[in-house]
Amino acid sequence: MSTKTEQLIASTAVSTDYLLDAEIAEIEHERTLYPDTRAVGLEALKIVQKHRGWVSDESLLAVAEYLGLPAAELEGVATFFNLIYRRPVGRNVILYCKSVSCWIMGCDQVKEKISGELGIDYGETSADGEFTLIPVPCLGDCDRAPVMMVGPDLHRNLDRKNLGEIFANYRDRQD
Amino acid sequence: MVSNPLTRNIDFSRQPLELAAYEATGGYHGLHAIARGLDPADVLEQVKESGLKGRGGAGFPTGLKWSFVPMGEKAPKQKYFVVNADEMEPGTFKDRLLMEGDPHLLIDGMLIASYAIQASKAYIFLRGEYTDSERILRKALAEAYESGYLGRNILDTGFDLDIILHTSAGRYICGEETALLNALEGKRANPRAKPPFPQVSGLWGKPTIVNNVETICNLPGILAWGIDWYRSLTKGNDHGTKLFGISGKARTPGCWELPLGTPIRELLEVYGGGMRDGLQLKGFLPGGGSTDFMLPEHLDLNLDYDDIAGAGSRLATGTLILLDDKTCPVGMIGNLMTFFSHESCGYCTPCRDGLPWVDEIFREFERGNGTYEDLAILEEHVDYMGPGKTFCALAPGATAPLGSGLRYFREDFERHIKEQRCPYRH
Repeated sequence: MSTKTEQLIASTAVSTDYLLDAEIAEIEHERTLYPDTRAVGLEALKIVQKHRGWVSDESLLAVAEYLGLPAAELEGVATFFNLIYRRPVGRNVILYCKSVSCWIMGCDQVKEKISGELGIDYGETSADGEFTLIPVPCLGDCDRAPVMMVGPDLHRNLDRKNLGEIFANYRDRQD
Repeated sequence: MVSNPLTRNIDFSRQPLELAAYEATGGYHGLHAIARGLDPADVLEQVKESGLKGRGGAGFPTGLKWSFVPMGEKAPKQKYFVVNADEMEPGTFKDRLLMEGDPHLLIDGMLIASYAIQASKAYIFLRGEYTDSERILRKALAEAYESGYLGRNILDTGFDLDIILHTSAGRYICGEETALLNALEGKRANPRAKPPFPQVSGLWGKPTIVNNVETICNLPGILAWGIDWYRSLTKGNDHGTKLFGISGKARTPGCWELPLGTPIRELLEVYGGGMRDGLQLKGFLPGGGSTDFMLPEHLDLNLDYDDIAGAGSRLATGTLILLDDKTCPVGMIGNLMTFFSHESCGYCTPCRDGLPWVDEIFREFERGNGTYEDLAILEEHVDYMGPGKTFCALAPGATAPLGSGLRYFREDFERHIKEQRCPYRH
């Protein structure tokens, strides 16, 4: 367990959170793969996100403190990458491809349908906390466009008809 | 003889081949040749002789790239080999196919490349979104360790290799090899100044080679069946086969391994099945989002680095994106500008400030507010963000569809201005 101390970063004034034992074990494993702590920092953010869904200021500070990295530097890294979430997300993150091949195949129309069905636009989370919709660059499955990911799963050949069924399957999941 | 060395084991109706089955098809031949005494210098020579060029986009000769790595007694002890598996070029879906279809082919190639430059540690820099690739590669890596093909003193050769699978936290700029190295070091993925080149001072300051997945997947065949075989695969000037893809409104979009030098028309009409009913081809990007448009009149050119360059574009990733006559070219280019604008790392001015400006102009065109003055501003940006004006190739990549689009589809831009709306929207 890391100790709880008061440490400030530029935009907020909050104290550090505790890292979970499971998180620490995974971070220590990453240490064996990289010769430099800075590289472990980015991996640790991913680990924290895996356990908590997103990276809060408090957990970012906890990682910085645990690894002895400057918090500002770690925050700079955290905000640079698309897949580190610095705000809470729903239980399922929808990564929606809006790159060129999907656009040609009508992803804008499908996206309108998703927005209508879930009541959310890009960057928003549905009222029931189930889904967050995030646009993502080309998902590399362009011959089966339009495509999107829900959590770790890729969904291909989307059309306006098959969406309800896809989302219902995630709603029903007990995990 | 084998004519499809990259995809010969790929069959998505079953699981990818496990190590033993892969080996039974002639896999890991290079590793066994190394165990019988093949020198790193011999491997380098064979790869140079093969004429293999990088398949990630730039088309740089692979053997030449490797030859810049310091070798011998005085070379740094630690060197790194890195796989660029950060497939994120819009419209590109070829590396995914290789990793998910035949993961041992990649590991096989990585062993050959790492041995050639005497790197004892290799990283696969994989797109975080490629969750299936990750699962499949992790399984194959575990098999390779269990069989003693990875780890310490592999097959009693004295050669050590660890492969670490790194999943990216996601940014297009990570495909640029020096930005990729910064990301791997846990930094913001801004590209680095060159020189020094990564071959001399790369990951953590050590000599490093970064190669694309498809490039590496060419290596096992070259070592197994030789240079003459490899050079005989082609129909054109460059050697070997390549994965070519089609997305957009063809009848049967997909990705296929074909000889370099295959006519573009054959790819579109035989493999892609031609355009869907009622649609005409208006243009296409031959190798992903950062290549210049080509026109139907170019269909009889061959899928060859020089032929495509002769038409003012680049073969790059070899995955064609089709523009049909019912899809708005201004909208298509605008979509690409939004992508490039979002993915700019923000390091240098022409890219950081130019791309959002260009993107905003395209939005104005969509809203029916485009003007001739806007067109002139777009033309200026093709120059401001062009090759040599920026730190890396991201902004020049954006100017490829922009500049060629303004040239080829000027009439469509002007119709947006005159009609004060998108003429393709009904």
